[in-house]
Amino acid sequence: MHLDEKIWLTLSFGMIMIFMLITGYQTFALEMGPPSHQETIDPEKVDQTAPFNEPGIKKIGENEYEVVMTLQIFSFTPNTIEVPAGSKVHFILTSKDVVHGFEVANTNINAMVMPGHIQKITQTFDQPGEYLVLCNEYCGAGHQMMSMTISVK
Amino acid sequence: MNTLNAKIDPRDGKLVMAHFYVAFIALAVGGLAGLLQTLVRSGKFVLPAGIGYYQILTVHGVVLGLVLTTFFIMGFQIAATSRTSGTLSNLQRKLGWIGFWLMTAGTLMAATMILLNKASVLYTFYAPLQAHFIYYLGLTLVVVGSWVDGAAVLGKYISWRKQNPGQPSPLITFMAVVNTMLWIVATIGVAATVLFQLLPWSLGIVDRVDVLVSRTLFWYFGHPLVYFWLLPAYMAWYVVIPKVIGAKIFSDSLARLSFILFLLFSIPVGFHHQLMEPGIDPAWKFLQVILTFLVVIPSLMTAFSLFATFESYGRSKGATGLFGWFKKLPWGDARFTVPFIGMLSFIPAGAGGLVNASHQLNQVIHNTIWVTGHFHLTLATAVVLTFFGISYWLVPHVTGRVLTKAMNKLAIYQGVLWAIGMTFMSGAMHAAGLLGAPRRSSFSEYGGAAQATEWIPYQIAQAVGGTILFVAIILMLYIFVNLAFFAPKGEEEFPIGEVSDKAEKSPMVFENWKLWLGITALLILFAYTIPFIDMIQNAPIGSKGYKLW
Repeated sequence: MHLDEKIWLTLSFGMIMIFMLITGYQTFALEMGPPSHQETIDPEKVDQTAPFNEPGIKKIGENEYEVVMTLQIFSFTPNTIEVPAGSKVHFILTSKDVVHGFEVANTNINAMVMPGHIQKITQTFDQPGEYLVLCNEYCGAGHQMMSMTISVK
Repeated sequence: MNTLNAKIDPRDGKLVMAHFYVAFIALAVGGLAGLLQTLVRSGKFVLPAGIGYYQILTVHGVVLGLVLTTFFIMGFQIAATSRTSGTLSNLQRKLGWIGFWLMTAGTLMAATMILLNKASVLYTFYAPLQAHFIYYLGLTLVVVGSWVDGAAVLGKYISWRKQNPGQPSPLITFMAVVNTMLWIVATIGVAATVLFQLLPWSLGIVDRVDVLVSRTLFWYFGHPLVYFWLLPAYMAWYVVIPKVIGAKIFSDSLARLSFILFLLFSIPVGFHHQLMEPGIDPAWKFLQVILTFLVVIPSLMTAFSLFATFESYGRSKGATGLFGWFKKLPWGDARFTVPFIGMLSFIPAGAGGLVNASHQLNQVIHNTIWVTGHFHLTLATAVVLTFFGISYWLVPHVTGRVLTKAMNKLAIYQGVLWAIGMTFMSGAMHAAGLLGAPRRSSFSEYGGAAQATEWIPYQIAQAVGGTILFVAIILMLYIFVNLAFFAPKGEEEFPIGEVSDKAEKSPMVFENWKLWLGITALLILFAYTIPFIDMIQNAPIGSKGYKLW
């Protein structure tokens, strides 16, 4: 093997190893892994199943909130929520029909919400403002209308 | 190399051209659909006659992502095999034709259902959106046809090995064989979800479908699919381009090694498309992220090999200094320049791919239009421009015509125009995606939200880029028709590079398919068995079908 080739391959492997270590450290040490909740639910009985029988926002601690939300064509329930700046918000999500996406623009919140599965994701909202929440997985003719807002005061 | 054909047998040439006709018709239809999408999304244009945005989005994805690619690749691989391992036997050619007609029939079935608006489920057809069963059946025929088509290449390879015992197979034949095997192993996943889940469900034989299992089987196929697109471009970069510029192949064994690595590592990585999904253990997602990173290595090897070829060629022509060789490259030759633009685009494309694969970084861009921008650099620039570069010599080679000076010039304009259009379109897609703009969404102001207003100028830039790209597509179609029917008669070379004298002889271990397919199977079992059993054991009640378009 050519010397330059050896140098190149060493650099390549080195770079890739660094990427692996960083993503691994963030995932397991800092618990920044992507949303992967494992609970399931009957998608046709979402309205009768706790906690989704009472969708909405609930204060669960000092600056800490829990949002129970259902996604269905082509809306989010609840379709607007308000929290003070600096709040930590735990979202508990499920779909009543097809696969939807839960994306809050300009944040790291991004999760697939699938029928039959409960998804969880947590975010601390430090910056005040109006955050657009939208469905980012094609769900039918009205997909582009599916949105809500989170107001951080 | 006693079986090397300087010219492809006309009977094989006819089979190749049949594939190319369908591929370029697909380019015309899919390109038009793409143009319309960017126009709709600019907010300045509404589709006439009740045509839906998601309907043309389905056309665009199916026709360009599945039809153009599969037909072109099958045609090219048959040509490469026939050129370097000898004319196909009658049986092999017959298999090629059966495969071609199965794929064509399947394409027509799927296309009819999309046009009737019975299948606006996009090319990924995620359940529980439910298309008409004929759509799924059509796509099945495309896949089954591609297997039969691939059998022609495999059959030729087997007979070559029998006639040349103990010899390494011709490099480009070897590469075509790797890509065919990769394709067969990968398509087992999509065939499984369609045959065992979606077809019975859309026919009403079963009521419900397991959504997560179906998505997992799809992405088991979906990532090697992108390598199935990429490897034929690499074949041209490794084997054809050196001959076009008058250089030698830097290393035969490095090329074979990188192809084997693609076979091993491009399949057990599908979870990196499902990082945001519930129901999959994060440790298994991370494992597949690690495997995804490994598949970057053969691409970095390819980059080294190519630029080493370019540099040693330039230096042999008397170039001095660190970058003097760059000027010695034949920039006036479209067969080199157009694929070279593709190679350059693969640098930002590969870097973006690393971002996508990087677990939590994926959370920033998942399902945003950044991803669309990404694969318009990989597939729709690196791969497609190389396919165009191949067409410039392969079409006249098999039709007994030549690429004239005028057409060569037009071809270079076409490549440059593509680069300009794609810079606008893909650049704007990447930028808007970082701001949160979703992919696969029709124009929307999201109730006047301030954030969505920021995205609109980028969407207009995408429409400008899309329009330039459409002009480039028209140029390409014009060149294709010229080369197929009107160019002057003559001999156009099918360039096949020779390996540099300095390179070592390739060891026979590369042809040990029991070994490579065995390791491939082990890696797949390692990456998928436990999470897949988990999915089935903890499955929720399945979903009924929805038709929501």
